[in-house]
Amino acid sequence: MIHQYKLNGYNIVLDTYSASVHVTDDASYDAIAMLDQGMDRTAIGDRLKQHYAGDGLTDADVADIFADIDALIADQKLFTEDVFKDKAFDLKNRSNVVKALCLLVAHTCNLNCSYCFASQGRFDNKTGLMSFETGKRALDFLVENSGFRRNLEVDFFGGEPLVNFDVCRQLVAYARSIEKEKKKNFRFTLTTNGVNVNDEVIEWANKECYNVVLSLDGRKDVNDRFRVDKAGNGSYDRIVPNFQKFVKARGGKGYYMRGTFTHFNTDFTKDIFHMADDLGFSQLSMEPVVADPSSPGALTREDLPEVFRQYEILAKDMIRREKEGKPITFYHYMINLEGGPCIYKRISGCGSGTEYMAVTATGDLYPCHQFVGDENYRLGNIWDGVTNTALRDEFKLCNVYARHDCDNCWAKLYCSGGCAANAYHATGDIHGTYEMGCEIFRKRIECAIMIKAAEMQMQSQAD
Amino acid sequence: MKHIMTLNTRDMAKSAENGGCGECQTSCQSACKTSCGIANQNCENENR
Repeated sequence: MIHQYKLNGYNIVLDTYSASVHVTDDASYDAIAMLDQGMDRTAIGDRLKQHYAGDGLTDADVADIFADIDALIADQKLFTEDVFKDKAFDLKNRSNVVKALCLLVAHTCNLNCSYCFASQGRFDNKTGLMSFETGKRALDFLVENSGFRRNLEVDFFGGEPLVNFDVCRQLVAYARSIEKEKKKNFRFTLTTNGVNVNDEVIEWANKECYNVVLSLDGRKDVNDRFRVDKAGNGSYDRIVPNFQKFVKARGGKGYYMRGTFTHFNTDFTKDIFHMADDLGFSQLSMEPVVADPSSPGALTREDLPEVFRQYEILAKDMIRREKEGKPITFYHYMINLEGGPCIYKRISGCGSGTEYMAVTATGDLYPCHQFVGDENYRLGNIWDGVTNTALRDEFKLCNVYARHDCDNCWAKLYCSGGCAANAYHATGDIHGTYEMGCEIFRKRIECAIMIKAAEMQMQSQAD
Repeated sequence: MKHIMTLNTRDMAKSAENGGCGECQTSCQSACKTSCGIANQNCENENR
């Protein structure tokens, strides 16, 4: 399977199963398209010479084009077959190793963002803070179930985790006290709304958390539309100085300014550029809102053309910034073509319900943070382990090949079939697909790869 | 090649032979929390 598209002056051909990326001239782009349609080479050659007569395309040029294409085919980089499908069935036999936990240390929040998928952190009204003992047991559960995996990830999430900062701090201290003996390397991340960020938090997070995710939606009016406190006051003026201080003190360690865009700010690149140019942040993320279609902020199908246009604006502007020596990063464009995921990861995806789970404040286990509160999706708890093994097995097999909507999608090995929670919320089935999310995802991948093409061109010009 | 430039990408077939160690980051532990993108995850298999 191949996918072809033209963007920002680049003709790009993606080969799905080899994950190869080719940048072509116009004639070879057309030749590949015609070959993909099953046309014979004589007819293709005639068509090319006719179409590109004005460019002086000769028989020798046509021969060169076919030579290039044949070399790629011989090298297994073009028109490759799916040789991985059987690997998907191996997944049901994979171990039950757990390597990452999302700890919902606080089922409560000091903001009241109306678009929050966690119902303002309450997760269907189950409020509460995680105790140190529960958190400690969660870390022990992770170690006990992690097999030979060395790198273990723990995200402090909520609600707002800093509402329960003391427990976060104690849990990290506990993890550090056991990791050498257990031969593990804990990687902590913190996702925060910024309200409780202070010097103490900054010092702790910059020492202990290898990544922090800082929630800000961009421009003041955009941020304050949803990100309000319980009295309805916007949070921008309180959180932006905290975030700026936080990032400045981070000394180059990883962070993301993480925003959400909705139907009300489909011009979201203005929010990204506001965070970059006006506020001085350079590591940025902006996610489409996950919301019930009936909510006013939910993205609509009519929003998509503008959303796609915005992604193109962002990609082109990032190339400009890179050329000017002032690059920014955007989470969804940080595609790693050479050192990225292996085929197993590309098939199996995020690992929710198997190697990744969410732990509630009271110690219940769910496949991920987005399933918390849905009793049908409770896997077990951190004391008894996974007791709903049928559910775990269902998630184990929930991979890209289990989603038949993905059969003919060129992007399936970039998303692994997408987010199970989004699929469930959109279709009622974790094996479904959230089609609007897919369309947005495909656009982002096209843009991300176009940036790579531009980088290759910049590099070759520099050489 | 005269007409096509190919970007350097990981060999997927080869990764089927030596991949699957699982040491890489879980995608939702980074920034998204609401989608599944694995393409930006770095491989952490030192023997790949």
